[in-house]
Amino acid sequence: MIRLEGLQVTFARGTPLETPALRGLDLTIGAGEFVTVIGSNGAGKSTLLNAVSGEVIPDAGRVLVDETDVTRWPAARRAGRVARVFQDPVAGSCAELTLEENLALAHARGRRRGLRRALGGARRDLFRERLAELGLGLEARLSERMDRLSGGQRQAVSLLMATLQPSRVLLLDEHTAALDPRTAEMVLDLTRRVVEEHRLTTLMVTHSMRQALAAGSRTLMLHEGRIALDVSGGERAGLAVPDLVALFAQARHQALDDDSLLLG
Amino acid sequence: MSLIALLGAVETGLLFGLVALGIFLSFRVLQFPDLTVDGSFPLGAAVAATLIVSGWNPWLATLAALLAGAAAGLVTAWLNVRLGILHLLASILTMIALYSVNLRIMGRPNISLLMEPTVFTPLEALPLPGYVRLPLVLLGVVLLVKWLLDRFLASERGLAMRATGMNPRMARAQGIGTGAAVLAGMALSNALVGLAGALFAQSQGSADVTMGVGVIVVGLAAVIGGEALLPPRTLFWATLGCLVGSVVYRLAVALALNADFIGLKAQDLNLITAVLVVAALLLPGMRRSTRALFSRGGEG
Repeated sequence: MIRLEGLQVTFARGTPLETPALRGLDLTIGAGEFVTVIGSNGAGKSTLLNAVSGEVIPDAGRVLVDETDVTRWPAARRAGRVARVFQDPVAGSCAELTLEENLALAHARGRRRGLRRALGGARRDLFRERLAELGLGLEARLSERMDRLSGGQRQAVSLLMATLQPSRVLLLDEHTAALDPRTAEMVLDLTRRVVEEHRLTTLMVTHSMRQALAAGSRTLMLHEGRIALDVSGGERAGLAVPDLVALFAQARHQALDDDSLLLG
Repeated sequence: MSLIALLGAVETGLLFGLVALGIFLSFRVLQFPDLTVDGSFPLGAAVAATLIVSGWNPWLATLAALLAGAAAGLVTAWLNVRLGILHLLASILTMIALYSVNLRIMGRPNISLLMEPTVFTPLEALPLPGYVRLPLVLLGVVLLVKWLLDRFLASERGLAMRATGMNPRMARAQGIGTGAAVLAGMALSNALVGLAGALFAQSQGSADVTMGVGVIVVGLAAVIGGEALLPPRTLFWATLGCLVGSVVYRLAVALALNADFIGLKAQDLNLITAVLVVAALLLPGMRRSTRALFSRGGEG
């Protein structure tokens, strides 16, 4: 599970360009829960994921993963518990390395890396087996360079890399945004399968309202660094995209009103 | 060119092959443009020579030189990783500081090793003339180092180091401490350069505080030239290219200086080096355009 308490992140602090990204965000996500996150640009979605993964250390507040306080842990140390898939298919892997070398990097996530051969032992067999489960024919392309793969294939491999080692939390940062609709659907199906199979606590940022309702069991809407809407269960099941858009607009206005109240 | 001059060029080329492997590690694997080399090469020579004349076993002296090189690399990496100084500037600062350090270590600008035992002394028992013996043994040493480096870069830790250079954000997401990887890689890189300095001093018979000038450019010429001669499809070919590039560079220099009709002299060496580096940088592109020329001719 993930618990965020009073999370505050401000960029360019103390300069004229000071931008608050998260303004005291509180959030608890139960173990195995699949939460989708929407919000306009600058609402704090990416900062939220970065704060959980450790790429951003908050100015105030706490980050807990499975009741362990990881607030001050650097990203590399959290990697044993938190896996991540990036929006840019190029960002999640090393283009100049081969497919099997990328998988070997992920296979050692959260473990001590030694001087053993990265591709020794039965690893190739394991990689081939796991790649075959994707059903993309990648098991025959182990020694090809990663940049020979298409964007969709690379995101599928990124998902596989996120689950080669057991972790507790999966962070998805608009991981289908750079793909064409059909490939995006394929990657989303794969995501559902992976999350269910490994019972991962998942936080998925998406730009698509439809996707936000179609995947997962709970939807959050961020606005100006706070949670403006939090729906799950029966309330969420009854929502269609237009309802969400309406709620979005309403939440935004409410937030604006709150701000004007504060200012007044 | 005489056989002795030819083999002398091969010998120097092989020694600088170690420098090229070190530079490959910093520039190519970690993508860390590191000029420390101009200081860590004479540092290795200074440490080895000083210890040998004070009666140390030459093997231990060489090991000490290797460790001194590693320390120099650690300083540069530390300035960059922990203090946030730009990598290029961090390495220049270390390089400048090492000039003073090297003078302090030696206590004078140069040390002669002509009458001292070196790691090459036991080889005199071999029934071969000196100018054949040394290149042959160095070839073995350099190939061993290349194999060890290949093996390391294929290990879990080596792979983590390569990922750090290529995509640090992804590396961190996979649990790799990128700061530690840079520190280790830079130490290893400059350890190789320190070792090369120590062996160079022992094969030349002296250590000199100015012997580091231009080592980075020569090493870079070897790396870039090697990539032009042997396209680095895999790690094996990339490191082999460094060695081949280094030997070919020395042969080209020796040929240029020996061809009387060109009229070049030893003082023209730096100019020749710069021209060769430019040629090596242009060569891959030129080859492509030549091929294009031929294919056009073939189809037309």
